Amino acid sequence: MVKVEKNEDNSEMNAQGRQMVVPGETIVSGEHFLPGEGAYRDGDEIVAGRFGLADVSDKFVKVIPVSGVYQARRGNSIIATVVDVTFNGWLLDFGGAQNAFLSINEVPKFINKNELREHFDFGDSVACKVWDVKARGIDVSVKMRGYGKIEGGMIVTVNPHKVPRVIGKEGSMVSLIKNATGCNITVGQNGRIWVSGNSIDDEIKTKKIIEFICDNSITHGLTEKVEAFIKTLK
Amino acid sequence: MAEKSKYTKRSDGRKIEELRPIKAEVGIVPSADGSAMYESGNTRAIAVVRGPRTLHPQHMQNPQKGTLRVNYGMMSFSVWDRIKPGPSRRSQEINKVIEWALAPCIDLAEFPNSVVDVFIQIPQADAGTRVAGINAAAMALAHAGIPMKQMASAVAVGKMDKTLVVDVDKEEEDFEEGEGATDIPLCILSRTQEISLLQLDGKISPEELKEVISMGRKACAEILKIQTAALKKAKDVRGIEK
Repeated sequence: MVKVEKNEDNSEMNAQGRQMVVPGETIVSGEHFLPGEGAYRDGDEIVAGRFGLADVSDKFVKVIPVSGVYQARRGNSIIATVVDVTFNGWLLDFGGAQNAFLSINEVPKFINKNELREHFDFGDSVACKVWDVKARGIDVSVKMRGYGKIEGGMIVTVNPHKVPRVIGKEGSMVSLIKNATGCNITVGQNGRIWVSGNSIDDEIKTKKIIEFICDNSITHGLTEKVEAFIKTLK
Repeated sequence: MAEKSKYTKRSDGRKIEELRPIKAEVGIVPSADGSAMYESGNTRAIAVVRGPRTLHPQHMQNPQKGTLRVNYGMMSFSVWDRIKPGPSRRSQEINKVIEWALAPCIDLAEFPNSVVDVFIQIPQADAGTRVAGINAAAMALAHAGIPMKQMASAVAVGKMDKTLVVDVDKEEEDFEEGEGATDIPLCILSRTQEISLLQLDGKISPEELKEVISMGRKACAEILKIQTAALKKAKDVRGIEK
């Protein structure tokens, strides 16, 4: 269980000392505070503009989202599926509000415009990096190493807000799973995780471990619990 | 009030400004982007939010901002005699008024060409289903992480003969003595205290309407506290690391 502390107004705080806020709730009051993402100013007060954890660092006040659909950030690695092939690129679905666009200029080889489907066809999964976020949607790229079409293995979908738990501190959780099952794991920040191993049994085992992590993501000492869970699978 | 009425207690023993026992819970549908349940006495509403997602058919898309779409429905077994499931004239009206009631709290400027779908189901009805639906939908929208300036709380204030009562149930809605029954659902926004829904079914004088609104404001403040507490208790969002 997460240790819950009580605030002055008897509301609960989470382990990091951040407080849950609901839309329209006053976070702090004072002229010198600046509203960041998810917060806005109303007169003297800084008010939550969405549901989440209020983070007050020095003068800057923001609300960290804890639920809802994945919102793309520049530099995120995501796993997306091709839903449309246009004359100069591909439209990909990544589970967000809009579609992602992969231009042929963002693919590290020459592509004949008549043969776009030879490279990425409908339904193909692509690991890509977000390089621009616009109101219309996002632009992605596969130019860097490690990105491109996904072949073999399986994709496990989890709640995107639980991805940090699957990765662990500096990737500790991912390497724990890799060592236990021998599978390769690519985590997309949109909650899609590509698992590929030597046998389907290994992959199913990995999937079970990932689901266990997401189900128990709010408990303390998660690593030990996952280690114990891995032993029961053998 | 113009005249003091003979009624001081109600059929279920409540005081005239007393709400029915309220239960609220957030995160009841794990596969949805946001979900909530709101129960007031024997009226229960479940709200599920999906989206923002691309709006189809394409001609309905708004390139300037996202669209809010409400889908309200009573389940066939929600009342004693079966109700025909599916869209009806009544449910279409309620979809529209709930959309208008919630629109001023949410900000969909970030999501052009997208839609936020709100599905409201009533598994059990005992009057006041649209206000229960609004209360559940406001919680579900917040839970879905939609940018919101404020919350919305709604309550139905009624008039039995000459007595004004808060949070009417079915028995009170069907009251027939004296001047009969009047039903006034209203929705108050949490921060600006604006009224985003005000409907009237029956007869009421302008003075009494003012009284109704001030009673409604008091009741909505209570409901807001319950909504806030339920959101903060949402199980699936607690203790998340940065």
